[in-house]
Amino acid sequence: MTSPNGATPLVEMQDIRVSFGGVHAVDGVTIQLYPGEVHALVGGNGAGKSTLIKTLSGAQRVDSGTILIDGKPVHIESPIDAKKNGVETIYQTLALADNIDAIGNMFLGRELVTGLGNLDDSAMEDATRKIMRRLNPKFENFKAAVASLSGGQRQSVAIARAVHFNARILIMDEPTAALGPAETDQVRQLIRQLKSEGLGIILISHDIHDVFDLADRISVMLQGELVGTVNKGEVTIDEVLAMIIVGKLPGELTSSELADLHG
Amino acid sequence: MSLTEDTTSTEYEAEQGIDAQSGLVPDQAGRRWPGTGLKSLELDTRLFGMIVGLLVIWIGFHFLSGGTFLTPRNLWNLTVQTSVVAIMATGMVLIIVSRNIDLSVGSMLGFVGMAMALLQAEILPKLIGFDQWYTWIIVLVAGMLMGAILGLLQGVVVAYAAVPSFIVTLGGLLIWRGLAWVLASGRTIAPMDSTFQLLGGGARGSVGGTLSWVIGVVACAGIVFLLFNGRRRRVKFSFRVRPMWADIALGVLGCSVVLVSVWFLNRYFMPEGLARQYAERNGITWPDGGLDIPFGIANPVLIAIATALVVSFIATRRRFGRYIFAIGGNPEAAALGGIKTKRTVAMTFMLMGLLVGLAAAVQIARLNSATSGLGTLSELYVIAAAVIGGTSLAGGIGTIFGAVLGALVMQSLQSGMVLVGIETALQDVVVGVVLVVAVAADVVYRRRQTS
Repeated sequence: MTSPNGATPLVEMQDIRVSFGGVHAVDGVTIQLYPGEVHALVGGNGAGKSTLIKTLSGAQRVDSGTILIDGKPVHIESPIDAKKNGVETIYQTLALADNIDAIGNMFLGRELVTGLGNLDDSAMEDATRKIMRRLNPKFENFKAAVASLSGGQRQSVAIARAVHFNARILIMDEPTAALGPAETDQVRQLIRQLKSEGLGIILISHDIHDVFDLADRISVMLQGELVGTVNKGEVTIDEVLAMIIVGKLPGELTSSELADLHG
Repeated sequence: MSLTEDTTSTEYEAEQGIDAQSGLVPDQAGRRWPGTGLKSLELDTRLFGMIVGLLVIWIGFHFLSGGTFLTPRNLWNLTVQTSVVAIMATGMVLIIVSRNIDLSVGSMLGFVGMAMALLQAEILPKLIGFDQWYTWIIVLVAGMLMGAILGLLQGVVVAYAAVPSFIVTLGGLLIWRGLAWVLASGRTIAPMDSTFQLLGGGARGSVGGTLSWVIGVVACAGIVFLLFNGRRRRVKFSFRVRPMWADIALGVLGCSVVLVSVWFLNRYFMPEGLARQYAERNGITWPDGGLDIPFGIANPVLIAIATALVVSFIATRRRFGRYIFAIGGNPEAAALGGIKTKRTVAMTFMLMGLLVGLAAAVQIARLNSATSGLGTLSELYVIAAAVIGGTSLAGGIGTIFGAVLGALVMQSLQSGMVLVGIETALQDVVVGVVLVVAVAADVVYRRRQTS
């Protein structure tokens, strides 16, 4: 796969392998992510998408393989390592502490402190209000435990956290799965905005319409292996579905297999 | 039934109204506060409810006991009796918030208390002689260190070996109790060092009337400073601030509570014998009508208050405290946020142990002796105080001051029942019932808050 614009990939994951007790969850996968690109990662349940991105976000160590950021090899062994490299992750489970307010969650693990090491609540509130004014101006419940917020509001807290810490690489694992239609639109809008600001976004989604709406390129995984990476403009939804289910690239499908898919 | 439904729907609509309003004008005025009246005080309604509950208990017992409960003498004793449980309850809040439990604190208090007693009564006298002015410092530091090490030991097993804290500390409950017995072969160790005894209160172990007033005034200055400083910071960032009247009302309320408490406690005077000794020591001639010399606030009470302030500060203003709450709310999120969850949990147990050491010092100083049964069952009172004070056993929720109030509620019930003359067996029944009812009420309250 050549670069869309000849630039160095923001992220290059080379020949990544992860296995759990003999099961190859990720089996030699290589993908690239470019600045300003939304790269969708799709596949059925257990295809290995989440495990693959966890190696980039620091939640899972690789058995073998190399991760390059800006062309340089990096070692990502913990969420902190990932964050130091500008990788922020929005997890399917949101990774918010429900009992803590939006401000506390924004800065979870990276709290601002005063000279004496005390939490600088005012500075954190100020930063949170500023970022929310940009991302979700209607957001008002800064001091309520996030358990009391709607799915969309919670998602904006998670996204605000990523944006505030100057993420260059954003991983979104099913960002709209728990949201209603209006909130989904809001998140899609946000993804386009972040893309236009030059972030590289890896999007995991079960929603093929989300994928076709937002992604520039689509990588398909099946049973831990990469089926292939295609440009969105060059494939149809059916062809991508075929990759997900049968594991064959558009040119490789036989007409009977194609017929089966529609059966 | 229909009444309840009506109330809920009105509340719901009111909430929606505020949301819609603020959604349209996001933070525009910067200063406007939604809602008026009591809401502006931003009172913690649960804490407020507990204070009301406490007052009901006090007034109830006052009448039932024929006017002996709300007396300076009784309340002074109540504050002293509450201290030991209150000191440990502050740490227990953090343990429970982190989704753990510590059943070993009573036994640990016995073990550490026994060790401290032996150190000052049998070991140190051989090394440095009896009644050195600094004996108490060595003993106190050694005891707190010992508690911290025992706590850390349990915490490491809980956090790194992933053994449930219920089991680890149940083991601790048996182990520390057994070791307390082994240490002194079941003997009672007494008396304590004469300076060390001052940690436990009594006539000499109280700060006297004048110093009590000074402490009260300093506390008031602290309250005013905190309110003022909080307001200044919010204005600086142009956040909404409470209306000025609300801040003033809070200040007046806080200072009144402090000063009235000091005034009331200062009305507990020394009995004539003690007062005469005091007069002699201070070269005061004994007047005909006698002398009213107040005890003042007892040292253990000051220790408990200082502990509550420090632990509360750690819980709300330090990263460590924030991490404990994050772990209790969502351990996975905390770990993904880069928090060292295992280390934090181990440290929480260490802090608990340190506080047990402090409580043990106060306890043996107060009793002026240590037995191998010291602290038996106090883990249950400590846990009950934390839970009555609003700490959720599911983790993530709890306040230090709630737990201190919880300890005060428990102790008030016990003292009150003694005054009223209820037999011991029935006292346990009442405390048990109150514990369950208080938590049930809290569960209902919380469910209504979230729905």
